[in-house]
Amino acid sequence: MGLRSFFDRVEPHFEKGGKYEKWFPIYEMVESFLYTPKTVTTAAPHARSYIDMKRIMTYVVIATVPCILFGLYNTGLQTNLAIAEHGASGWRAAIIEGLGIGFNANNPLANMLHGLLYFLPIYIVTLVAGGAWEVLFATIRRHEVNEGFLVTSMLYTLILPATTPLWQVALGISFGVVIGKEVFGGTGKNFLNPALVGRAFLYFAYPAYMSGDSVWTPVDGFSGATALAITASDGPAALPEYGITWMDAFIGTIQGCLGETSTIACLIGLAFLLVTKIANYRMVVGCLLGMIAFSSLLNWIGSDTNPAFATPWYWHLVIGGYAFGLVFMVTEPVSGSHTNIGRYIYGALIGFMVVMIRVINPAFPEGMMLAILFGNVFAPLIDYFVVQANIRRRARRHA
Amino acid sequence: MEELLSLAVRAIFVENMALAFFLGMCTFLAVSKKIATAIGLGISVIVVQSITVPANNLILTYLLAPGALSWAGFPDVDLTFLGLISYIGVIAAMVQILEMILDKYFPPLYNALGVFLPLITVNCAILGGSLFMVERDYNLAESTVYGLSSGFGWALAITAMAGVREKLKYSDIPDGLQGLGITFISAGLMAMAFMSFSGVNL
Repeated sequence: MGLRSFFDRVEPHFEKGGKYEKWFPIYEMVESFLYTPKTVTTAAPHARSYIDMKRIMTYVVIATVPCILFGLYNTGLQTNLAIAEHGASGWRAAIIEGLGIGFNANNPLANMLHGLLYFLPIYIVTLVAGGAWEVLFATIRRHEVNEGFLVTSMLYTLILPATTPLWQVALGISFGVVIGKEVFGGTGKNFLNPALVGRAFLYFAYPAYMSGDSVWTPVDGFSGATALAITASDGPAALPEYGITWMDAFIGTIQGCLGETSTIACLIGLAFLLVTKIANYRMVVGCLLGMIAFSSLLNWIGSDTNPAFATPWYWHLVIGGYAFGLVFMVTEPVSGSHTNIGRYIYGALIGFMVVMIRVINPAFPEGMMLAILFGNVFAPLIDYFVVQANIRRRARRHA
Repeated sequence: MEELLSLAVRAIFVENMALAFFLGMCTFLAVSKKIATAIGLGISVIVVQSITVPANNLILTYLLAPGALSWAGFPDVDLTFLGLISYIGVIAAMVQILEMILDKYFPPLYNALGVFLPLITVNCAILGGSLFMVERDYNLAESTVYGLSSGFGWALAITAMAGVREKLKYSDIPDGLQGLGITFISAGLMAMAFMSFSGVNL
């Protein structure tokens, strides 16, 4: 109970009139991170639920754990494989050699460590830069620092390439947190997913680093095409020639962003989110159906000039960021639709858009991020029409 | 037929009047507070746009273009310098007619649109549509399709904007940004989402 009594002792200093009154949001952040807040709703309505915002956010972070672990392993694996051909350099190599672990791609532990050396700097910069903005806004605008930022920062880190320069990481999360969320009033008030806003900002501001057509394996002299770029130029049938089988893509041992390559890890997270009812299954079903329907339609139409038309739905599922976006971003409750029928439509719109961008738009090999942002923009409109239809139906019934 | 279809898709999504060219911003920002009004204005813009662009195309082909007056016995006359003023005149006349029709048959929509209906006259998206038609040498069929679909694209954008703004009513926006400020930011973010179409070649 030492910690609790410490909080009780220092709390008066942070409350109104105390000497650290200004820093109350920071105190509140630390306290509510460690303990369930004891404040209760005073005015009606008194909805009772076992699940509060803190628990939702914590569960989402827990659901990303398989993706994080696999992402660490895979980033290290890809880097070590490339190092075997091109040699190692830089401070990470110095640390690894100093520890005497080596660059053996067959050693999972060495891979994990090497991946960690890429993951940690990005994650720390994200937390520091984004957290600074969060605390700044919370202090000035007197609202709480929310656990939502933990989710945003984790998702943002996982969808970045391992080679992203750290200043870009800081710039992107700053844009995402400030313009994507805080100008609207903080967690739950935004209409776009903040992590995706930050990522999209980098994507359009620094296309040379971010576009997703060449790989991001961080070794000098290494270059190659991502699974999506191969599909866009040569069609899905060419993937095995480049050494990428469906199973590789499903398990995730392919090149890509830090934590989004593994479909199976994402699906484990999805199962967790569905069982705890954090994610709404309707959005997931809608998004899958939209993607399967539209990619099958394109398969059926076929094209002589664009080989990507032939990509079957099970390839769309495993390459790029589709699975990760499906699990962690389509299901985000704030920026998605709020009506049950609307959720199906919203999901289907995203599923349709992702195939559209990947196959038909030659400018972008990957479409999940933009498709979700596009869905976010239309989510309120979908809700409006669903509600209007409901009003009309009930008016007819009671006429 | 296929060309016209791809022209329509391009005008609606890829070259969206509001979110790719940022035309018609004044009404886009001012009348997007409620979805119902936004839909009404969007439909008016579709109507005006799909009448004026083909009408202006006819005027250009048979009156203004070099040699267009040969049917009247003036093969050497080039009246293209009168283009801008003729297009504006046509647009103003169309808006007047539309206003009278709305006043007579749809008074609620007429009242909701208020001053913004006459303002369609100076809506840059409308004039922009006619000028794009001239610049890109559309023929009559193409300009009909272009007028209809560019108007539809604009209507889609303003309706989505109104949806977002109705959602933002529940937000807690900093004092200095309330009203137009946050609307500009939202429009920018929406344009970023619409970037998903940029680069589509049809």
